[in-house]
Amino acid sequence: MAGVLLQASGVTKHFGGFYALDKVDLEVREGERLGLIGPNGSGKTTLVNCITGTLRHDEGTVRFNGHDISRLATHGRIRLGLARSFQIPKPFASMSVVDNLRVPLLYAASAHAGAAKVSEARSREEAMVILREVGLEEKAEERSGGLTQVDMRKLELARAMASRPKLLISDEAMAGLSSSEVDDIITLLLKMKDRGVAVIMIEHIMRAVMRFSERVAVLDAGKKIADGSPQEVVANPDVQRAYLGE
Amino acid sequence: MSNRRFAITAFVVAIALIGASLAIENAYFFTAAYGVLVFVILATAWNILGGYTGYVNFGTPAFFAIGAYTTVFLYNAFQAPLIVDIVCGTAVAGLAGLAVGYLTLRLRGVFFAIATLALAVVMLTFVVNWEYVGGARGAYVITRGDAPFGFASWKHYLYVVIAVLATVAIVVARLLERSKIGRGLAAIRDDELAAECAGVPTLRLKLLSAATSCGLMGMAGTTYPYFYAYTEPLSIFSLSYAVNAIAMPMIGGMTSWVGPLIGALLLGTLQQLVQVTIASDLNLLITGLLLVLFVTLAPNGILGWFDAWKRRRKR
Repeated sequence: MAGVLLQASGVTKHFGGFYALDKVDLEVREGERLGLIGPNGSGKTTLVNCITGTLRHDEGTVRFNGHDISRLATHGRIRLGLARSFQIPKPFASMSVVDNLRVPLLYAASAHAGAAKVSEARSREEAMVILREVGLEEKAEERSGGLTQVDMRKLELARAMASRPKLLISDEAMAGLSSSEVDDIITLLLKMKDRGVAVIMIEHIMRAVMRFSERVAVLDAGKKIADGSPQEVVANPDVQRAYLGE
Repeated sequence: MSNRRFAITAFVVAIALIGASLAIENAYFFTAAYGVLVFVILATAWNILGGYTGYVNFGTPAFFAIGAYTTVFLYNAFQAPLIVDIVCGTAVAGLAGLAVGYLTLRLRGVFFAIATLALAVVMLTFVVNWEYVGGARGAYVITRGDAPFGFASWKHYLYVVIAVLATVAIVVARLLERSKIGRGLAAIRDDELAAECAGVPTLRLKLLSAATSCGLMGMAGTTYPYFYAYTEPLSIFSLSYAVNAIAMPMIGGMTSWVGPLIGALLLGTLQQLVQVTIASDLNLLITGLLLVLFVTLAPNGILGWFDAWKRRRKR
């Protein structure tokens, strides 16, 4: 069994009296594919924000790859090997597609322990390799602000991959996409497995979650209500209640 | 072109231009050129934070004044040589920029812009009430004896100094722009959260950018007391510096070091011409009108307009 990569224990985040996360535990093993689901407003994105450091959690600890990262700034966590894509794409709009990838290549990929330094010239080659993989090769020189929605989602994933993460968190990369586009993205995420990258996939599209995940965790109103194999979770009465009501 | 090659080329070009221009006999040329070159530095400096990083600085006069008044102080206290004034003025203004940045750049948004605006007011009040540097009366810095290094006059000498400083500012700007740091700054400008999530240490880079930008603004002010001999608060804290430092990069184009240079040369020269031929009061009016014109017709400045034209021709 592979070692534990991410260990969030007792993570609590409240905004005033509202508890967005209430003592949530979450573990991800090296190379594991985890689906994270839950109704709207259940705290999925808040949990991601607490893991990546965009928000500071109020209680609990987050350990990643053996380090306690609870007090680390976001860029420090990214440099340790965390990466995320955003629900609403946030491209570096003034840059070309390939330059978008050069930022994490220069700032994050080089920072990993033992990683070779990426030079300006090498960063271009490496960026092109990743773009080829996600199928954005022909748009490399286009301005990223003018991409279509699907391409922007792919760019989000490509940019996250460019930081050479050990754990990639994909936050609703497929919302609003057509069925064949969803398959494209799933294929991309499945490829991460070959690179030994663990993935947390946040998604509402159950078809994608069931196909992709080895394990599924369910959040409801800031609490984790289920954690297990996809089949177990779908059969869980608490989960059915959370989604369908009594 | 590598940065070292660029720096060498820039200085060779600068020396050639300076050398050639020293042959000009009209003494007013040097006063006019000095004014334009100060704007080249201010515009280039402003663009490092405003253009590359995306944080607007309304307080150019504050940092310019820190440079100028550091010189006045050092002259009063020690009769310090000019090179000491330049180094100290740059350092003090850079530290001031760092301090304002540290207090306000941790927050995204307009806080830095507001703080710089306030700093200009605070600094003016401070200087007006500080007798040692002349207070509201102003201070004299008198150049004695012959100009150093065999220059024909102090005006010639100071003109050469400001030209060298302008070259330094441009080389620094280009160095930042074409480096890993430049990519980080551009990422911050486009989306700060995404930049942080790409591993960019956003706060550190913002502070570096603020310190460099404000330091260079201070550098632009250090020779002012020598050149004009008389330094008084109202002309140092002139609105003209604040407006032009923003207008020149916007008119030239903010994505590259060339933009502020073009903007400053164009607008600065135009203002000098108008000042001589029509009236000095018209300067800000012209800047304002041009700014409105550019913001509506060519929002990416001359550079952006030129890029669009090149792209159209290719098709």
